[in-house]
Amino acid sequence: MITILTDALTIAAKDLRNEFKTKQTFSMMAIFAVLVILVFSFAFDPTNNAVKAVIPGLVWVITIFAGILGLNRSFTSELENDCLTGLRSGPIDATSIYLGKVLANFTIVTLVQIISIPVLFILFNYRFTGSYFWFILILFAGTLGFIIVGTFLSALSANAKNSEMLLPVLLLPLLSPLMIAAVQAMRAALENENLENAVSWLQLMSAYDLLFFAACLLLFEFIMEGS
Amino acid sequence: MKELETMLELKNVTKVLGNKLILRNISLSLGEGETLAVVGPNGAGKSTFFKCTVGLLQPSGGEIILDGEIIKKKSVAVKKKIGFLGHESFLYSNLTPFENLKFYGKLYKVSDLEHKSMNLLKEVGLYLFRDVPIRSFSRGMIQRLAIARVLLAEPNILMLDEPHTGLDQEAVALLNKIIKEKQKNGKSILIISHDFEQVHTLADRVAILKKGVIVDTIQLDGKMSLNEMKEWYDKVVMGG
Repeated sequence: MITILTDALTIAAKDLRNEFKTKQTFSMMAIFAVLVILVFSFAFDPTNNAVKAVIPGLVWVITIFAGILGLNRSFTSELENDCLTGLRSGPIDATSIYLGKVLANFTIVTLVQIISIPVLFILFNYRFTGSYFWFILILFAGTLGFIIVGTFLSALSANAKNSEMLLPVLLLPLLSPLMIAAVQAMRAALENENLENAVSWLQLMSAYDLLFFAACLLLFEFIMEGS
Repeated sequence: MKELETMLELKNVTKVLGNKLILRNISLSLGEGETLAVVGPNGAGKSTFFKCTVGLLQPSGGEIILDGEIIKKKSVAVKKKIGFLGHESFLYSNLTPFENLKFYGKLYKVSDLEHKSMNLLKEVGLYLFRDVPIRSFSRGMIQRLAIARVLLAEPNILMLDEPHTGLDQEAVALLNKIIKEKQKNGKSILIISHDFEQVHTLADRVAILKKGVIVDTIQLDGKMSLNEMKEWYDKVVMGG
């Protein structure tokens, strides 16, 4: 188990080093997220108080769509020079590859959120009055679930001809229960009322994360054999 | 002649992909310190044979034994004994030679990694380029680094898939020098190749794979000329 985690950390560190040397995917994701916020800020009147109701949804819209850009590259980048075969032929468990990719993708998406969410609040003139603790916890659980499923499907679609198109088509329907829970939980946390409601939705999100994490971990090996 | 200890043994290996039988009851062995080349026409099943041997594919039947242990997809410890040089380099273009070696070294749990990496970079003539991202490297330089990657974990057996393809004369000479050094050190080597000249130079024994079956093997032992080997191949593969 320790070896699996050590190998996963090595793979994640390699992915992050690879990414931050070029910043190709990260900068694309960050720019895309900010552009989406800009478009929405033009579409809705940020001074209208009713518009504040769309903030929880927007947080997840920018996370999911910017995240998909990064997830698309997660495994296709391993196809260059057939690096995936290099990993698979090495003395490591396939689980390490999956865990390493989840860690790297989670870090990159979190960094994009750190940039984009304050921009969202500024452009929508939103004054944060909610609970930071619950807000961060919900953001963490939702993002983790998204990355768990997204990384798995990214490996599945990497060898397909139209992997960029295939990934969102496969991913978005699977994410719907998580996103419904995430939006509702975030709304409760941002409004700082009905925190019990937020806890119930958070429990659902945690169950989703655990269930999909176990399933993806078990099935990942079969994807690797087919690649 | 002294009997060689068996390093790699394939026992009745079959592989079915989809509904196509790619490998049929292959039985073959490779002794310790021996170099075996597998040749054959396109579509003979060489790549599938190789993928099964390095543990990338699980045989549908039979077993592959390396150094006394059965190779399976999950055989982490067995895979550590294999040095696999494929068609591609398995190297990351944005990373430097040193970073690439460090990454693979960590996965293979290589001790004294920094020192070994630097020595290997000197050996393959890339020491001066150790901090340059490899995307600017020529095919020859990348293949030299790929060789360093393979040697880093000090494998018991080298498995080389078309190792000379696309290499310039200098890189071919370096690769052959390294292979011969490993032969002297008693390492077992399995080569899949189309290049008869290199096979003749390096191999102790040659096996022909045709339509998923090992149809013939021959001991070279320096007694057979390149032309004789080619004639033998033509006779077996084309039947005349």
